[in-house]
Amino acid sequence: MTTSKRADADWSRLPALPRDESGPVFKAPWEAQAFAMTLELHRKGVFTWREWADTLAHELADASERGHPDDSTHYYEHWLAALEKLVAAKKVVPLAEMACRIGEWDNAARMTPHGKPIELPPRQGKSSPV
Amino acid sequence: MSDHHGEDGLAHDPHNAPLSGPALRVKALESLLLEKGLVDARTLDEIVDTYEHKVGPRNGARVVARAWTDAEYKKRLLADATAAIAEFGYIERWAEDMVAVENSPTVRNMVVCTLCSCYPWPVLGLPPSWYKSDAYRARAVLDPRGVLKEFGETVPDDVEVRVWDSTAELRYLVLPERPAGTEGWSEEQLAAIVTRDSMVGVSRVNLPAGMRP
Repeated sequence: MTTSKRADADWSRLPALPRDESGPVFKAPWEAQAFAMTLELHRKGVFTWREWADTLAHELADASERGHPDDSTHYYEHWLAALEKLVAAKKVVPLAEMACRIGEWDNAARMTPHGKPIELPPRQGKSSPV
Repeated sequence: MSDHHGEDGLAHDPHNAPLSGPALRVKALESLLLEKGLVDARTLDEIVDTYEHKVGPRNGARVVARAWTDAEYKKRLLADATAAIAEFGYIERWAEDMVAVENSPTVRNMVVCTLCSCYPWPVLGLPPSWYKSDAYRARAVLDPRGVLKEFGETVPDDVEVRVWDSTAELRYLVLPERPAGTEGWSEEQLAAIVTRDSMVGVSRVNLPAGMRP
């Protein structure tokens, strides 16, 4: 059993999601998760669909102006950026909290041997520095 | 063989950065939302599953097939599509109102969302990638006949092409023309041949090769 190198370890190699006749609906699991989170937050009343559509439209227009018009291959990246902005604007997930958590996951991912599920270290109660 | 850790010439840790940028951000956001009780993992899985498998364009196809076979239903659909679609109890009511637009020998309708990609999910499932592309969003309005041509549809000059721009509150469903040769077909048989593209308005409904007389 080799525990070393799988240098090609790559998140995109997770089992392929189902396809329809026009190809995969989502190109990667994170796209599906970002999509589902958006629908669920809307259902919970965190934002209206109008607010969501406006935020996404802004994001797509900005990307276009920056010279990165969306040919639909980066669609969910813009989608995710819009979602992050909207939950920050709604004070549901402030930017700082998000940045901190990204760091934690990044760290956890680096510490996790390939093939093991990536998990965050257990929280020490409600963050009480000793 | 012992662990020669430079076999492939790489001295670095092969496990570094196994998460790509967006995947990492999604993971972070999801874990925060889970902790705050705003989402739960099972519901998220259900949503993905629903939109990938259960919705698809089949709901819309049933609406179209009923409109083809039931003149009274068609009247209701064209007058108030939101209510007519709600008659199918299982189609989820989403935030937007629906409008059905009817094709005829003299009018072709096609749907776009120029701003983002508003799309009637409850009846058509998730939008195809071309619908979300900048090219389609821009060209559908500027050159609808050219776009239709790329979908293999040559529209004669005397046929009017109407382009409908979706919004967050208003979504469109094209009621395509019922193809000749389907006289006497049941609603179910008809629903089976209605395609997603025909309900977005970029193609007609054709009889599959095996069904042609």
